[in-house]
This record gives sequence, structure tokens and C-alpha cells, in this order.
Amino acid sequence: MIQERRAIGVPVIRAARFVLAHVPDLVMSGSKPRRELARQGEVLRTQLRAHLRSFRDAVAYPPHQVLIGNQVPELLYEFPRPWHMRPMDNAPAVGAAGMIIDQDSFYAWLARADTANLIVLDDAYAPRIAAGLEGVRVSTRDAAGLARAVSAGAEPFHCDGHDGDVRVAGVVLPGHEEDESLRAPVLLENLAAKVTGALALRRLRDEVAPHEPVDFLLGSGEEAVGDRYQRGGGNLAKAIGELAGVRTPGGADVKAFCAGPVHALILAGALIAAGVHRRVVVVGGGSLAKLGMKFRGHLTVDYPILEDVLAGMAIDVVADDGRSPELRLDAAMVHRIEDGGAGHHMYGALAQAPLRTLGLRLSDVDRFAVELHNPDITEPAGSGDVPGNNYTMLAALAARAGEITREQMPAFVRAHGLPGFSPTQGHIPSAIPYLPHAILGLTEGTMTRVQFIAKGSLFLGRMTGMSDGASILLERNAQFLRKGVTS
Amino acid sequence: MIDLKDKLVLALGERDGVPGPALEACAVSAGAKVIYSATQCFA
Repeated sequence: MIQERRAIGVPVIRAARFVLAHVPDLVMSGSKPRRELARQGEVLRTQLRAHLRSFRDAVAYPPHQVLIGNQVPELLYEFPRPWHMRPMDNAPAVGAAGMIIDQDSFYAWLARADTANLIVLDDAYAPRIAAGLEGVRVSTRDAAGLARAVSAGAEPFHCDGHDGDVRVAGVVLPGHEEDESLRAPVLLENLAAKVTGALALRRLRDEVAPHEPVDFLLGSGEEAVGDRYQRGGGNLAKAIGELAGVRTPGGADVKAFCAGPVHALILAGALIAAGVHRRVVVVGGGSLAKLGMKFRGHLTVDYPILEDVLAGMAIDVVADDGRSPELRLDAAMVHRIEDGGAGHHMYGALAQAPLRTLGLRLSDVDRFAVELHNPDITEPAGSGDVPGNNYTMLAALAARAGEITREQMPAFVRAHGLPGFSPTQGHIPSAIPYLPHAILGLTEGTMTRVQFIAKGSLFLGRMTGMSDGASILLERNAQFLRKGVTS
Repeated sequence: MIDLKDKLVLALGERDGVPGPALEACAVSAGAKVIYSATQCFA
């Protein structure tokens, strides 16, 4: 029997989940610490170790509580910075928008994620995480065996021993003896992305419509999975789905540096609207390379090393459910080749232009979500308050358009902006951490409209001097409005 | 105010501030010769 064509529908964003893996010992494996340690050795290692946070500290850190949905971002305006000096008493590791896991749990998942049998655990460490390894076949070796593996190219990952000493918890073996793309450090990076993405997807699947099949996964992380003949070949999305235990979806990856997730949300919305799929989940895992990226600044001002978490995310895009915020595809925008790269060009193209097509002004948007990097991480390294700078640019555009006066710019920033609360995990801070809060505000709260604007640094890959960006507009569901449901 | 006419300029831009191409355009319009332009992402 011939099937009727599926109706074109309105896509909505139903939910988003974030998972943080607190992995202090992997800070040394981040790109910057790794290079600096090779030059400066044990003195720097000792200094770094003295500045690592405990799991409890990472959970009690106010920006993390915002990310997992236990607190609203605006709360951070009330807290004097630096925020690590304001730990939240009895803060839970689980929230409505996600959770924080500790390093032992992460290592157990690393072993679970290893389909190629390249992870070998220390035989004294494996029992410590035995509960997380149930049903998993894991290789173990003694310390001497692991040391031999490291000298042959394996990548170690560490833990604190019961006596407080640092020791090798396990290693990742190289995937091929001659393949640069399968070197052990590359595989550890990719496994870390796979694990964190999968944990976020599991959380989403368990909490949001667990019996409704996922049709498609769109990966949007910054990892490059592949071998020497297809470096960055990709489709980590399917590997993430497999590890998360979802069986029904296919998948593919979208690559656009930090702007990947917002590009992926536009594509997910289009797939739903066109009737190709009924449920698409945008996923992304964390960036091991970015751990400890700004450690120099943190050591200088005697902060703890704040880049000690990997972040994963999963965002649920479905057809109109009559409640969730609508993804306005007629206001989705991408930065085009002919658009300029200066701040006012970017925000003019990505924020102002799509609003104008709908007859809206910047002031008609309740909140803008921009690059939401935590300023406590970026300022000690001299990178400034990234969201603050971006909101000032938006306010300047509003002033230039005659919506506000120049004197009203700070008030515009406070009313329509947000404090940065995201770890500097590349694509993760790019607007999307506000999604759980926006969904709440557009359903149970009083908000009408939120715009998400992401930027991507294409120039870093040396293939172009261009920047990139993408934006989406979420609006309170029209059916929900008609029902007169307000808080 | 610096007179950039006929000066050689290294334009080091930042993504969330002023990017390299914007610095380059300003310098060229002021009569300078840009011998290197790059943009970094410090976030």
C-alpha cells in the first residue's frame, strides 16, 4: 500500500541535557598543559596538581549548578566573583538539566566505550571501579606492564591512589603502529567525546519520552574521528548512540567548529519540518584537548584549574507537541561567505537581520544566548568577558537602530543578556547551555522569544580567514499560547 | 593619533573583539601596508 506523504510540521525543541565529567587528572592531558609539561616537567606538574579541584568543589561551583539546571543563570549576578569562592552548600550532582559525574565513573565509561579493546586498566585500579564495569570485558596489567605500554606509545590516564599518590589508572593503546590519526592520545580524545555525548543522550532518553524512538542523531562536536585515509571521517553520532543504548536512530555529524550545534539544530528542525524524521537528537561530546587550556592565567591569580570538566550535550528536536518552544525556521540564519567577520557584521547578520524579516526588533527578544563562556575562566588568561563583550555589541546595534539610547546600553545588556556560565569546551558554550532555561521560561515562565547565536572560528583550521556563525529563534508554542497556559 | 600612511602593519585580531580582516581594512584605508593579518580565538 502506498504511504501518504507526511505532513510538513512545525519543529519544537523539547528538552536539552548536559553532562559534566569532572576529570582533574586528565587536565595534564589537555593540549596546553601537555605541551608545557613536556618543556617544564615535574615543577609544573606539582604546581598544577596543587591547584586541582575536588569533585565536591566542582559540584558546588555555582556555574556548574546553573549548567545542570539547579539554579538560574541570573543568580550569578548576585554572586561576587570569582565564583569558586562562593561554593553552594549541599549542591547536588544531579539537576533537571543534567548531572556531574566523577572521574572514576568516567573511567569506567571509558572502558565501556572501548569497542576496539584498546584500553588496559591497572590491575590494582580496576577493582575500584568494578561496579561500573559490570558486564564489560576489560584487560588489566600490572604497573610495570602499563609502563612498557606507555614507552611503546600508549597514552596513560591517572588517578589518585588511596595513599594520595598519583598513579596510572590505565592506558589507551595506539590503534595502529603507523597511523597518526589512530595515535593513542587521539583515541583518548575521541573516546572522551564519545562517553560524554553518550551520557548526555542517556540522560535525555531516560527522562524525556523514553519509549518514543529516536530516528536520527546529529553529531555536532569538535572531535575528528577517522584513520589516516579519512582523518575526521566522523559519524561519532552513531557511536554515541550505540554506547547510550539507543537502537533505533541513524546518524551523521555536522562540522562547523563551535557553531556546529546551532547549525545542527537548524538541520534537525528542517528534517522534522520536512517529515523525514519524527525525532532528531543533536548530540556532542566534550573536548579533552581544551582541559587546562588557560591554566597559566589561573595559576597566576591562584585560582584552581577551572577547566577540569568535559561536557556532553543532547538536544531533543521533535514535531510540534503543542507545548514545547517552536524552532522558527523562517528566522534561522547562517553566516554567509559574503558577510563580514567583524562583530557588528556578525550580529547584524545573525541577530538583527532574521528578526527584521519577521518585523521584530532586537528589543522584542526576551533573552539572547551568545557565547556563554564563564568569565572566571577567560579573564585571568586575558581573554576578557566573552559574553559581556558580545552583549555590548548587541546593545550597540540596538542603539544604532534607534531602539534604545546609548545610555540605555548597560540596562539592555542586563535585561536581554546573561552571565557566562559554561566551561570553555568549544562548541558547548556556543549559546546552547541556555536551552534548558529557555525551554522552561518559554513554557512555565513568562518569556515569548529567545534567540541563540553561535560563532565558529573557521580560520583556526588554516583553510580560510573567515569566521562562521548561525542563529535560531525559539518562540513560545502557538498552541500553548491559544490554550492560555501561563505561569 | 598615529599616522599609518606607508607604515607596515601586523594585524592581530580576536574573534570576539576586532577580527584581523577588520583591522586590515582600517589599516589599509589609512594608507598602511598590511604584511601579516591573523585572527585568534582566545575563548
